[in-house]
Amino acid sequence: MPLTAQPAGSAEPYVLSASLDNARHLSSLLRAVHFQDHATCFATDNGLRVTVEDAKCIQANAFIQAEIFQEFAVQEQTVTFRINLSVLLDCLTIFGTSSLPGTSTALKMCYRGYGYPLMLFLEEGGVVTVCKINTEEPEDLLDFDFCNTKVVNKIILQSEGLREAFVELDLTSEVVQITMSPDKPYFRLSTFGNAGSAHLDYSKDSDLMEVFHCNQTQTNRYKISLLKPSAKALSLSCKVSIRTDAQGFLSLQYMIRNEDGQICFVEYYCCPDENITE
Amino acid sequence: MRFRAKIVDVACLNHFSRVINTIAKLARTCTLRLTVSKLYFILSDKVANGGVGMWCELNQGNFFDEFQMEGVAAEHNEIYLELMPENLSRALKTAQNAKAVKMKLTNKHCPCLRVAVELPSLSSSSRIVTHDIPVAVIPRRLWSDFREPSVPDFDVSIYLPALKTMKSVVERMRNLSNSIMIEANLSGEMNLKIETDLVCVTTHFKDLGNPSWALEDGCQSSQDRDPESMAEARIDIRKLQQLLAGQQVNPTKALCNIVSKRIVHFILLHEDVSLQYFIPAL
Repeated sequence: MPLTAQPAGSAEPYVLSASLDNARHLSSLLRAVHFQDHATCFATDNGLRVTVEDAKCIQANAFIQAEIFQEFAVQEQTVTFRINLSVLLDCLTIFGTSSLPGTSTALKMCYRGYGYPLMLFLEEGGVVTVCKINTEEPEDLLDFDFCNTKVVNKIILQSEGLREAFVELDLTSEVVQITMSPDKPYFRLSTFGNAGSAHLDYSKDSDLMEVFHCNQTQTNRYKISLLKPSAKALSLSCKVSIRTDAQGFLSLQYMIRNEDGQICFVEYYCCPDENITE
Repeated sequence: MRFRAKIVDVACLNHFSRVINTIAKLARTCTLRLTVSKLYFILSDKVANGGVGMWCELNQGNFFDEFQMEGVAAEHNEIYLELMPENLSRALKTAQNAKAVKMKLTNKHCPCLRVAVELPSLSSSSRIVTHDIPVAVIPRRLWSDFREPSVPDFDVSIYLPALKTMKSVVERMRNLSNSIMIEANLSGEMNLKIETDLVCVTTHFKDLGNPSWALEDGCQSSQDRDPESMAEARIDIRKLQQLLAGQQVNPTKALCNIVSKRIVHFILLHEDVSLQYFIPAL
């Protein structure tokens, strides 16, 4: 076959091409990490990862595996671009956010590569919306170096147990203190607000506790303002894994089941607050 | 000059409240014109309004059980009042379970529209909540400012898509841009577009249908126009959003007339209310 039969770029002009029958599978996950306007997207054969960071202290990642998509094709090893997440979400939810049974927005996403805008084609009820969102130079992201092999303490809780606690966190407290221990109180969330201290304990024998692997007593504090956005991921999730490493870095991993019962993950990494006394 | 009216029927009261709520979302201040047979809520397209015009017409017989109006003079049997529809809307909020609502024009200390809401009570005497809504009487010499706007010489007339869809799309677009381009053609196609440095979004509606307007001379205005050619106007997106957000009930007919680059004229018809809204091009 003569080479000139193909246009210069190759038969497939898009380095990333993906289709989703229900755009909510993507938009609801992105909302769980939407605490900053900008996000960096990474696409590989495995799927899509969207990362949002703030203050060099907190990083959230949403993972949507290739299997969730009806079609997912990546022409390079990794396709990376930075994009305005607020704009992306407004486009993905252009037909509204209410989930009426039986109706969904179909999505096709195409990206030609560096310097090109991200193209979205959304369709609902015969109405088509085309979006062209400018992409930006990806910036360096934090490498939290949260080493999975150096995890000191790990628990997995059913999210419903933690949801109310999170909503009721005393926001007049600057920090939330997390204590994890093989001994009592096992798992404790504490705040120190204007009205006083509040402690919420979860026993290792609680029904909500699925996994309890705590080797060492650790107490760490994290700025509440940084962790508050994770409440959205918590509200969507059915389970959450809470891990800390030797330096007190916190990893929260949320297991989220979408409308079709498929599983996706959102994780938050947070640095401990520097003013720790213990 | 006298005006007295009463609504007893619950359905009529709710319907009237909904109309007032819609008007309140569209205009901070407007003109209420009362005639023997109709009520009009009018916003004239002054620069102060951002050039937006509104003309809403109701048949009083469809709402009021009693209606008595005596205008400024026998040959000018009409009353023009300026008021804030939000005040009327708030007064009617207390009327949800009312036995009756009476309205009367009074002038105790200053001209007011007195809305008396008769509420059910356990005792034999009713509870009455009275709201005095300040109004300004508009003198006859200014009445010509409030004439019904004529249908503009439009380039394209087209039925609107499902208002619910249009509203969702416009709401999202409003987050992204201050202005929106509406374009439509005589093949039943309409596009809503926004374009900024960050993003371009276009929503395409098809198969909307084009109403046929018979002109006075019997011919249809648009016969010479290429059916694919789009008439377009860029308008303030907030004004469009206000119009769509104010719609509480689906109209029986909804259409718009576009005069390219000049104005978009929306017509929303319900059984007993017609609403026209004019948004000028930017």
